[in-house]
Amino acid sequence: MPSKESPVVIEPVGEVISVRFVDRNILEESSIQRFASDISAVVEPSTRPKVLIDFENVEHLSSAALGALITINNRVKAKGGQLRLANIDSKIFEVFVITRLNQLFQIHQDAEQAIASFR
Amino acid sequence: MAKTLEQKLVIRSDRSEAADVEEKITELARQAGFRDSAVFAIRLALDEALANAIHHGNREDPAKKVTIQVAIDDEKLVLTVADEGAGFKPCQIPDPTIEENLERPNGRGVMLMRAYMTEVNFNEVGNQVTLIKRRDCDLPTC
Repeated sequence: MPSKESPVVIEPVGEVISVRFVDRNILEESSIQRFASDISAVVEPSTRPKVLIDFENVEHLSSAALGALITINNRVKAKGGQLRLANIDSKIFEVFVITRLNQLFQIHQDAEQAIASFR
Repeated sequence: MAKTLEQKLVIRSDRSEAADVEEKITELARQAGFRDSAVFAIRLALDEALANAIHHGNREDPAKKVTIQVAIDDEKLVLTVADEGAGFKPCQIPDPTIEENLERPNGRGVMLMRAYMTEVNFNEVGNQVTLIKRRDCDLPTC
């Protein structure tokens, strides 16, 4: 399980692995690598994991963070699972649109909608 | 003649020092009256430029420095980020938005700078980038 220094809080919500960020900014390389490895550590032993990443309170993210999300998405898919993103601030959502990653990820208004969308 | 605020900062190739620079320049932009959307754009572009300079340019060599210059006047903010690396050719970066590249985890930094700033110019060597944000710039447009 992630230690106290992890940039993410990971907890089960029913059968869903729910992830939320501790910091407002997802910019620093070490923090990005850490959140990717912490999520992967939970995804790897799972069968068809249902993963929700909640962006509530996140104000900035970098292209390196987008790269980490792509890596996580690939790992989740390799396990036959599903990844959902939720609660993305409008300015950050714009980053997903500009990079066209809104077409790669399933993005929902809030956590409730995201959880309801799992098949 | 418009009054210009100018500052020069030199940091080691260290992301935590880069984070301090981002905080400082974001605050300068805010105090200079840039809108929230412009401050967001400036921070995003600066973060990408610093990440490129430290990671790709200086290859995280602690002996190499990154020099950041900022100038703010009534019309615009101009940022220059220079590293001590060999440089690169920005035109050789593949378009990250085309279908075959969408799942690649990297290669989005320069396109984000261009999407959010009024002007982005690299020097010939490719180890210095100048980022300009005009106050009347509404980019990005989705």
